[in-house]
Amino acid sequence: MNFFLTIVLDGLIQASWLFIVALGLTLVFGVLKILNIAHGSFYALGAYIAASTVTLVAARGLPPGVGFVAMLLSVALIASAVGLLLERGLLKMFYGRDEVVLLLVTYAVFLILEDVTKLIWGVNPIYATQPYELFGNLEFAGLYYVGYDLVLIPISALIGFAIWFGLNRTVIGKIVLAVIHNEEMSVSMGVRVNQVYAIAFAFGVLLAALAGALTAPKISMQPGLSSDVIILSFAIVVIGGLGSVEGAAVGAILVGLARAASVHLMPQAELFMIYLIMAAVLMFRPEGLFKRETARRI
Amino acid sequence: MDRLRRTNRAVLFASVAVTSLGLAVPASAQETFKLGIVTFLSGPAADSFGVPARNGAQFVIDQLNKGSVPSPYEKVGFGGIKIEPVIIDENGGATKQVQELRNLYQRDNVDVVLGYISSGDCLAVAPIAEELKKMLLLMDCGTPRIFEEAKYNYVFRTAAHATMDNVGLVRYMKAKNIKMDTLSAINQDYAWGQDSRADFVAAAQQLYPNVKVQTDLLPKYGAGQYGTEISALVGAGSDVVYSSLWGGDLQAFVLQSAPRGLPKRSQLVFSAADHVLPPLGDKMPDGTIIGARGAYGLMSQKSPLNDWLFRGYEAANGVYPVQAAYRMTQAILGLKAAVEKAMSKNGGKKPSTDEMVAAMTGLEWPSPGGLIQMKLADGHQAIQPIAISRTKYNPDLKRVDLVDIQYFAAECVNPPPGVKSIDWIKGGMQGAKCN
Repeated sequence: MNFFLTIVLDGLIQASWLFIVALGLTLVFGVLKILNIAHGSFYALGAYIAASTVTLVAARGLPPGVGFVAMLLSVALIASAVGLLLERGLLKMFYGRDEVVLLLVTYAVFLILEDVTKLIWGVNPIYATQPYELFGNLEFAGLYYVGYDLVLIPISALIGFAIWFGLNRTVIGKIVLAVIHNEEMSVSMGVRVNQVYAIAFAFGVLLAALAGALTAPKISMQPGLSSDVIILSFAIVVIGGLGSVEGAAVGAILVGLARAASVHLMPQAELFMIYLIMAAVLMFRPEGLFKRETARRI
Repeated sequence: MDRLRRTNRAVLFASVAVTSLGLAVPASAQETFKLGIVTFLSGPAADSFGVPARNGAQFVIDQLNKGSVPSPYEKVGFGGIKIEPVIIDENGGATKQVQELRNLYQRDNVDVVLGYISSGDCLAVAPIAEELKKMLLLMDCGTPRIFEEAKYNYVFRTAAHATMDNVGLVRYMKAKNIKMDTLSAINQDYAWGQDSRADFVAAAQQLYPNVKVQTDLLPKYGAGQYGTEISALVGAGSDVVYSSLWGGDLQAFVLQSAPRGLPKRSQLVFSAADHVLPPLGDKMPDGTIIGARGAYGLMSQKSPLNDWLFRGYEAANGVYPVQAAYRMTQAILGLKAAVEKAMSKNGGKKPSTDEMVAAMTGLEWPSPGGLIQMKLADGHQAIQPIAISRTKYNPDLKRVDLVDIQYFAAECVNPPPGVKSIDWIKGGMQGAKCN
């Protein structure tokens, strides 16, 4: 039983940060229909900004709690600004073009941001662990867990719920859903689609960066961070169904649990397991587990 | 007419004299030795290995060009020829490195290429140098497979491979009576991690015949997060947890495993960890058994050559040298020894590739980390002594000190010529000379 609980807990910890990243990716795809390759770079950007903020706060002798709040605020602020700037300054010029063009544009942004992070933070691994000790250690299923890792699970669930609630139960969310379902009709009804696009993209960037920030205290930030994340988050949204919040949640949990079970039971198959799940899902549901219902146009 | 003929004859004699003089004259001051240096300047391995190696190369080449290196390396440059380095980034994968190596030889016209930290890159570039008939010195990379699965004439490795690290660790543990009834391992899923793991487990099974391998993990290179792996390792509760993780991966593993009590439950044993001691500081658990892939850094032994490197590097870079700086230094000094040996046989000219290859084969030379001997793979693969120790944080100096150091002779921890590493270990490490 303890062994089973360990797998579940390890899987959920892994799923928690993956879900936040995948949520941003799926939101951007749902609204803007862009497969955003640069998404992993925003995750890395968030992680680096968080590390810098935490280091700055710690250098002033302030407690780790202040560092934790400051890192979330600074990342939210900078990531939103970067998201808006990119959407308004670059992406909007390519709307209406072939999807492949937008894919290439986001790939270019990915390459540029890789170099920008190197330029600003250098190539050496950096870390800022102070917030990692914030919630102490807890014993569970006979093992010690870092409280910070466990706290990520409810934080992630809260963010997921907020996005779901915002989309499905608020007026703004319904406007966004209207744009997702039928852009032309939304325009004719007076919806400012451009604003919806800008806000959705900025939100997507914010979510990726927030996941980076929340992960930053427990990892060592180094070049290459972004490419690993983008592969995992793509796998999750493909499993869950592109554009689906529920799909991202289920996809993240499946990937997290599969990885944890594999490490505990069959370590050699760990890398293969994620792709096995993806292949198995796509075989039976080619559009992912949560295919979005689309109204047929006459 | 006679005068004209005499003048012509004089000019001809003078020309012949000057030409023949030119052939016999030692290498001119203007001539340089173009040395291609390949090391990670970006990417995950840059901080831990690539940049210290680059800093080591710059320090040593600068010192050699000034003639400021202690005996027996006091001669300027390589036999009086100034060294002109061409430094390129190893980051980007094996395919890119193959192309870059061709560029170095064919476009930049370097005389020798020296470098490579990644085992994957070493395996990829060695056949290319052989195909081009150009001299290549591998200065690091751990996998024993390079010379055990192929034969090269133009390729050398001037440092010992990973077998030494793992045999040294197990011998140290045995000497210090470390209990190892059960063993778990976590290594990266590529050549270095897999080969290190195989050597350590095989050596452990020789010196601890009853050892039982429990959790055996191979996460991918650059995984960064090890929460699940740490659960599995803590859950296994083995006497020893062995790892060949390095760089940012090792840092992340230590940072994540310490609060979860892994160092308290198991004896941590890391084969290549000295380079993460400066950045980790007090986060590195006391009592961890570590290797540095040689008698390097804080484990190095006192000698004029070592004092020169340690103090000079520290003064130039603000941090003491670790394994990569030492390995780069021993490679450059080895090449200098080979070039000068070749020059002593050809009348002092800049030697050809074949002359350098002949001189380097089976060569021995002193380095800051001890005597390097090209004893394996028909004189193409080095063996060297190693040191193993335990960590202890020093709050006064705010750095991790290395205590309880033990040194092992090269022939105690390296296989003898003609025997494959894994066969040597599994055969009971016959012929080892451990004093």
